[in-house]
Amino acid sequence: MNNLPFRESRRPAVGEAATAVGATLEAIYRAESRRVLATLIRLLGDFDLAEEALHEAFRAALEQWPRDGLPANPRAWLVSAGRFKAIDGIRRGARFASIEDMAEQIEAIPDETADEAADNAGEGIEDDRLRLIFTCCHPALGPDAQVALTLREVCGLSTEEIAHAFLTPAPTLAQRIVRAKAKIRDAGIPYQVPGAEELAERLDSVLRVIYLVFNEGYSASLGAELTRHDLSAEAIRLGRLLLELLPAPEPEAAGLLALMLLHESRRSARASPGGELILLEDQDRALWQRELIREGAALVEAALRTRRFGPYTLQAAIAAVLAEAPSPGATDWKEIVGLYDLLLRVEPSPVIELNRAVAVAMEDGPTVGLALVEALLARGDLADYRFAHATRADLCRRLGRKDEARAAYRRALELTQQAPERRFIERRLAELDRP
Amino acid sequence: MKYLCLVYLDENRLDELPDAECVAYDEAVRRSGHCLASEALQSVHSASTLRVRSGKLVITDGPFAETKEQLAGFYLIEARDLNEAIQVAAKIPPARVGSIEIRPIRPIREDVAAAAGQRER
Repeated sequence: MNNLPFRESRRPAVGEAATAVGATLEAIYRAESRRVLATLIRLLGDFDLAEEALHEAFRAALEQWPRDGLPANPRAWLVSAGRFKAIDGIRRGARFASIEDMAEQIEAIPDETADEAADNAGEGIEDDRLRLIFTCCHPALGPDAQVALTLREVCGLSTEEIAHAFLTPAPTLAQRIVRAKAKIRDAGIPYQVPGAEELAERLDSVLRVIYLVFNEGYSASLGAELTRHDLSAEAIRLGRLLLELLPAPEPEAAGLLALMLLHESRRSARASPGGELILLEDQDRALWQRELIREGAALVEAALRTRRFGPYTLQAAIAAVLAEAPSPGATDWKEIVGLYDLLLRVEPSPVIELNRAVAVAMEDGPTVGLALVEALLARGDLADYRFAHATRADLCRRLGRKDEARAAYRRALELTQQAPERRFIERRLAELDRP
Repeated sequence: MKYLCLVYLDENRLDELPDAECVAYDEAVRRSGHCLASEALQSVHSASTLRVRSGKLVITDGPFAETKEQLAGFYLIEARDLNEAIQVAAKIPPARVGSIEIRPIRPIREDVAAAAGQRER
């Protein structure tokens, strides 16, 4: 939260009352700043102008609230203060060719407060937040730009925080955001929730951004990167927000949230305190967070009942079966194979075929599973996919085919960058050499 | 015969050509009766490319970049915003086998007129 405008400015020395208001203001900033920004972008029609107005509004609040007391509706106060500050800025600025242009620009700013917006549409403010999400995840923006813009504008992370989380130099990331905003302006990307006709396609893009953010955080959580911003938590927050804001229930939005919750439930069990990778079958199930599993499983069931589900819901259903099993042996692998069959029908992919082969190996034995994996590798699609070789190695190991297991582990090791994964494979290789 | 004249250049060299000169030529060539339609485009940063494959619309950021396909035609459309432009462009039949690059028009005539107006003031 180093983007609080009032952190940098000097607090007025008016005693304890002011400090109390300052603390309240910080809480209000955390709770409301993204909502206020979303509405200001709609009113002002420009991201940069809106961000400037947001900061000006909070600066004004810092001056006036300790003196005049807290307004009855802080959010409405901030929206209207931001709007006035922006108009003021336009009047003072010399960026317009003529008085008429300036008047035109000011005229174009709708005269409504947050309260009125909410009353008018019955949805107002919350709709603005959904508009912001869909605009930041517009498919005409590059995938990297969608992620950066969503984290910056919707989640309120600073450019430095995002750069650090994605191990990208801050100037590169700042440039990406500037370009994305320029494209929104120059290409005429509208600030709106897509209509029913486009919703499915556009929702895909939003869900993909959220899942990318989640996976970035989830795979980082395995390494020693403890200082990286908790992107998984941010993605889950976004997933919840999206589900809450969508006008009609969207099974895939629920499916994605379920999938993230079910993965998250195992976070602390998947690595030892020393950062060593622990496979699902060896994890201490007492460490799995039951609360998250219950919530995820309930979301999956509801999504499956709609019969309009897609790949996220099916992946979540698989994760739910795994999470609800009391032990690896008591897992319903038959059910999992069936879910993979469905998933392959909606989203054919060699990686999903590989995962299905692993489930088949659990149900029908390693020989059957290995035949499937070897057929997949022979096709060539997964020749450079480390998990394909690691899976083949593991199945060969189980069958006592040590030389083949060794060769496959070595191939997997060549393809693996991540330190905990490398150490895991090296341990397996050492075990194979033991008599 | 009708001919389409396509303008290619390194965008970084755009500054070497005053907008006013381009607009003056545009006016002259329209008066001569040769020019049926002409527009300047926004920077390539504002480009989007779309394809329709198996009935699914795929939109990507950036200009058309496939060297195996050739320019086959153009549509100059009026749309409220990029979303409406995408809806219209997605229905152009070649979108199913090729690509449609969408580029916003730059209001070069208005810009030149506004600059001239400011100088008079």
